[in-house]
Amino acid sequence: MPLRGHVHKYGADINTDVIIPARYLNTSDAQELARHCMEDEDPQFVRRVRPGDVIVATTNFGCGSSREHAPIAIKAAGVSCVIAKSFARIFYRNSMNLALPVLECDEAVDGSQAGDELEVDLESGAIRNLTRSTAFQAKPFPDFMLELLRAGGLVEYTRRRLAQKA
Amino acid sequence: MGMTIAEKILAAHCDRREVQPGDLINCRVDFVMANDVTAPLAIQEFRKLGVSRVFDPQRVALVPSHFVPNKDILSAAQAKIMREFAREQGAIYFEQGQAGIEHILLPSRGYVVPGDVYVGADSHTVTVGALGAFACGMGSTDAAIAMATGEIWMRVPPTLRFIYHGRLNRWVDSKDLILHTIGQIGTDGALYAVMQFEGEALRDMSVNARFTMTNMVAEAGGKAGIMPVDQVTLDYVRPVARRQWTIYEPDPDCRYAATHEFDASKIETTVALPFSPGRTATISEVAKQDIKIDQVFIGSCTNGRLEDLQEAAELMRGKKVAPWVRCIVIPATQDIYLETLKNGLAELFTEAGCAFSTATCGPCLGGYMGVLAEGERCVSTSNRNFRGRMGHPNAEVYLANPAVAAAAAIAGRIVHPEEVV
Repeated sequence: MPLRGHVHKYGADINTDVIIPARYLNTSDAQELARHCMEDEDPQFVRRVRPGDVIVATTNFGCGSSREHAPIAIKAAGVSCVIAKSFARIFYRNSMNLALPVLECDEAVDGSQAGDELEVDLESGAIRNLTRSTAFQAKPFPDFMLELLRAGGLVEYTRRRLAQKA
Repeated sequence: MGMTIAEKILAAHCDRREVQPGDLINCRVDFVMANDVTAPLAIQEFRKLGVSRVFDPQRVALVPSHFVPNKDILSAAQAKIMREFAREQGAIYFEQGQAGIEHILLPSRGYVVPGDVYVGADSHTVTVGALGAFACGMGSTDAAIAMATGEIWMRVPPTLRFIYHGRLNRWVDSKDLILHTIGQIGTDGALYAVMQFEGEALRDMSVNARFTMTNMVAEAGGKAGIMPVDQVTLDYVRPVARRQWTIYEPDPDCRYAATHEFDASKIETTVALPFSPGRTATISEVAKQDIKIDQVFIGSCTNGRLEDLQEAAELMRGKKVAPWVRCIVIPATQDIYLETLKNGLAELFTEAGCAFSTATCGPCLGGYMGVLAEGERCVSTSNRNFRGRMGHPNAEVYLANPAVAAAAAIAGRIVHPEEVV
């Protein structure tokens, strides 16, 4: 099933401090974190976001603190995937570990504006901009990453692996 | 083909003769860490794995550092989850008042040694790479998997080499080298890569000063920072090491993705302007702008070590913090705090009018102990000056070395340290 949603567009170096400020890190509750998602970058985000929506950003998305609360907040806010030109490495790991798909695709970023409707096929990495009738190809996921997404994240993936061993 | 230090360490931890950048490996870890912000999530994920015990309680450390002593009921609940888990598992744990910031505490107590693969649920885990270990910051789920299995998935990173020729000028220290470097390569200049630091300027540098450089690898997007092991490293490691260490040297024919060379004698005292660690300028340029400040913070995992406090104290001796300015000084660990009580630094800072506290990350991440109001401006020795990092989204943070921070506290504006001597 392809993912489908509208674009929320941001620039470079969107750091985890603005995705979820440290003043809210005294909880791990996903719904509570989602209420403050992107607060210091875009205070209107939480009001506008709809289930399935896509965050699109340029380079180094998710830089800074390792807080997993950032992808948790994004996922719990209803975002189906993040597309950027590049991701900070811990954010990339955290997202894939939580089965929040993050895709790298320069062309899709340049070819999408806020409000555009996108359709994303994770297996192939194909991205379609339905508003502009354009199509893009993200770097496909390595097999291991696809397995992580299919399993629903690293914990479930590892749980199954450990159960097989036992 | 030859391997870099990082590649050799990773190969040794996945039982392969050779690894290459881009290889996806499952890697054994020697040590795992989480703190009071990241551990509760890690513990929650650990419970889902169907495993009852951590892989080795003597290789798992839980360190309360961010919001302790607890700032509110929610953070007290988080610290409690971590404490109870540590007790249940028999894992390494330091109670509040006996700990400090993990990135300074753990190497100073010998828990991480050269040649280790060390993963921690905190981006500044990279700090410990200065010991010649592969130290890598990760998230809570990663930490949970590492605690349960003693292994972690990893993509072998390419290595970037940074060589600092020549000697440092007065008022220039390791903080300036790393700020200058990030200013040159950008906040994604080392994305997914290892930053390997070496050269004459680092040769006489203490391990504590070296930690400041590897600490801020995170601010350049790096996966790890690493330094070759030398006599200075061994003198630091030998008295405290809890395990046997291994020294890895790069092969002569190893491949670096890029090499950056600097003349350290030409690098000036450097400040990072709001709102990015990569937006750097020299202190001479910044001082010209007559930037008035409201707060100074001297501390954090970047610059909260004894010699950082000594550097600041030299400038503050016999002086007072400027009127209408607050200066917050926080040693990185309780060991350092105790030392400042014995050597007179605690008294010196307090006499000068500073708020002087027991060890915590405190204001660095805007948690507590010095949160900024709207429109306020702070000079901080920490590592990040993102919008909202230390408080209100419209507060500004300038990153600098401890001498610049102390000088700003006395002058009430950003000045060259020379001006207050």
